[in-house]
Amino acid sequence: MSVTILYKEQPPFPVMATPDGDDLWLTLDDLRSATGWEIRPEGVCREGQCVPIPEGREREFVRESPPRFNLAALARWLEQPVLHDDVHGVWFFGEAARVRRETLRSLQAPDFRLPDLEGRMHSLANYRGKKIFLVSWASW
Amino acid sequence: MWQGLYDELKDRSFVVLAVALDSGGVASAGQWILAAKPTYPCLIDERHVVAELYSMVNVPSAVWIDEAGRIVRPTEVAGASDAFRTQMDRKTKQVSAEGIADRQRTRTAYLNALRDWTAKGAESPFAVSRDEVRRRSSGPSDEHVFAAAHFRLGEYLYTQGHREAALPYFSEARRLHPASWSYRRQTWELEEPGKAGGPDFWSAVDALGDRSYYPPVTL
Repeated sequence: MSVTILYKEQPPFPVMATPDGDDLWLTLDDLRSATGWEIRPEGVCREGQCVPIPEGREREFVRESPPRFNLAALARWLEQPVLHDDVHGVWFFGEAARVRRETLRSLQAPDFRLPDLEGRMHSLANYRGKKIFLVSWASW
Repeated sequence: MWQGLYDELKDRSFVVLAVALDSGGVASAGQWILAAKPTYPCLIDERHVVAELYSMVNVPSAVWIDEAGRIVRPTEVAGASDAFRTQMDRKTKQVSAEGIADRQRTRTAYLNALRDWTAKGAESPFAVSRDEVRRRSSGPSDEHVFAAAHFRLGEYLYTQGHREAALPYFSEARRLHPASWSYRRQTWELEEPGKAGGPDFWSAVDALGDRSYYPPVTL
């Protein structure tokens, strides 16, 4: 069935996948396109970081023929919040609280990319070299 | 709202980055930006990503970031006070003279701190120490990131036209992160325009009792 993956801050990504309860099996191409994760000899890797698949539990993560990867199992292993709406076929994968806390403790301001009114994209990193007063507001 | 400050300080390698936490996107935030015509960047954050990254629970909240991208003051209330709770007529939105004075004091003290930091950088007492930044920034709990998951999934369903399906996710986000006024008011507003500032809002504010809506900032 068609499933939309919302992976952290990445844009919604539609895939053909087989949800099975709390598990979500993806082709390796979809895994890479939707999330950035790739399977390598050292484990599963994204943005220069590799996570070894826990020994003895490979079958929870990987299926051989046809090759499929269980994104939900990886997210649970990394303590990410996972939520799925089965009626609409939407899966959300957030960032682990532990990772968010470690990021804040590093004192480096986490980067983001957002549009302005005209749709031009700005990232925090664009303003490196200036003192930045980052301030929120809302119309509500 | 920050134009005067920006005009005053922009030649000192200072920038205001305003982020509208607004799932209504341009349709909601746009008219305010067009009316104010700020010359600093005003970004639109429909998914409240910045609130998630910086553990912001209300607006206006701010973070100070130095030239190297390091946080020198973590998320805190940006110059707002609780005067509106007791000093404002809830029908006419008129604020008493005492309320206006309180608001001015809070805002002026905050702006003066910003001016000091802009002039002195790391030497400013308002750029707090690394340990103090860490002490003040607790970061999210497991419930908080799960609240964010509910908000994000609900917000996606809502923008796809599945309003009814979105509502249970919104109410779960509010339950999991009761301290987040932005989740509460944003999701109320999506449920029913005007609800974010209506009777539900005022009962929630009144239910705070002695607790702050805008916790006072230690400058």
